[in-house]
Amino acid sequence: MSIWEYANPRKFMALSGAVLPWVSAAAAIVLVGGLIWGFFFTPDDFRQGSTVKIIYLHVPAAIMATSVWFMMLVTSLIWLIRRHHVSALAAKAAAPVGMVFTLIGLFTGAVWGQPMWGSWWEWDPRLTAFLILFLFYLGYIALWEAVENPDAAADLTSVLCLVGTVFAVISRYAILFWNQGLHQGASLSMDAEENVADVFAYPLWTSIGGFFLLFLALVLYRTRTEIRARRLQALVQRERMA
Amino acid sequence: MKGLLLRDLRLAFRAGGGFGLGLAFFLIVTVLMPFGIGPETATLARIAPGILWIGALLACLLSLDRIFALDWEDGSLDLLATAPLPLEAVAAVKALAHWITTGLPLVALSPVLAVLLNLPAEGFPWLIASLTLGTPALSAIGSFGAALTVGLRRGGLLMSLLVLPLYVPTLIFGAEAVRRGADGLDAATPLALLAGVTLATLAAMPFAAAAALRVNLR
Repeated sequence: MSIWEYANPRKFMALSGAVLPWVSAAAAIVLVGGLIWGFFFTPDDFRQGSTVKIIYLHVPAAIMATSVWFMMLVTSLIWLIRRHHVSALAAKAAAPVGMVFTLIGLFTGAVWGQPMWGSWWEWDPRLTAFLILFLFYLGYIALWEAVENPDAAADLTSVLCLVGTVFAVISRYAILFWNQGLHQGASLSMDAEENVADVFAYPLWTSIGGFFLLFLALVLYRTRTEIRARRLQALVQRERMA
Repeated sequence: MKGLLLRDLRLAFRAGGGFGLGLAFFLIVTVLMPFGIGPETATLARIAPGILWIGALLACLLSLDRIFALDWEDGSLDLLATAPLPLEAVAAVKALAHWITTGLPLVALSPVLAVLLNLPAEGFPWLIASLTLGTPALSAIGSFGAALTVGLRRGGLLMSLLVLPLYVPTLIFGAEAVRRGADGLDAATPLALLAGVTLATLAAMPFAAAAALRVNLR
């Protein structure tokens, strides 16, 4: 029994098919629960008023945006090293989801920044780095679309993902050098002295969990679609050969 | 390796090689900028480092698809891949040839354009230094982008989408060095960081480019 068994598409389909309804239901419950808790059952911040409540969308989306890229890095490495097709397809399936999370993060940030900082957009390091991350997602998806041969596309996008990761990290610190920011520092750390107050932190952790489950459900769903599309392609090709 | 380098240089310099197109593009972008921004010399001097760096970057981008595309079309890339020379070395030499035909002329032309944009005199040495240090990274990263998109029919547009985000660190450190230099500040820190980025890309990018080429030649 090892995780590599699920590199077999049939096993993956069986397991993901069984798990998917449960994950989807859990995602719906936790996400809706977390958001309702955050939106309606927490007090307003004494200075920010009710605008503070956007963190229940903003922070989870931002956390997931970077985590999704990391997941794509891992699955790309698995594809390059062990040549498991499911892994490559999972990376392909995750990219648009990650891109949308990045957009949600940027958009909610702008909506919050307008009343709080007085501008929709600032060239702050975190904001800029997220914009760059969005461009990386865009390029990655465009490369998947452009290459016709599926194996070549998987290889090329994996190499791009590896190189892109290195450059994304370098860009992050280069941007820090370029401009100091308005954005607040980390306040959900395990080891920090001062964190978000518990009233806000508990619903926040819930909605982070909800976003994670949502991502899991979407990726499973999209990977299953990709596998079916690949099977269909193989069938069509076999038909044509016969 | 020397033979390959000389061959690439000769192909680029002779008729139809497209040598000079990048330079002309650099010139025209820089000349157009004041029309868009207005002729006040103080404003132009303030944004000159950024304009010159972005102009150099775009001129570099324009000529990237020539690194591998022609050799791909006539099949000489297949020959190079089966040659005793490792593909990594081929990628490195081709990036070097691209730098000699694009990066170096850009460096040479940049002081002239800086005069047009009224860059303060203190900025000139930093401009030349940062472009000299930074353009090799542009060529090395570009060779990776060109290798990724070599097999595609309309790869040019996609390549710019893939390559431009990778240029961010180089652009930041390069333009920052010139800006600090022009303001009379010490620009050694961004210059050192720029050199670091360049050295790292020179070391790593030929391997990534060769990996992408192998996939495309399969």
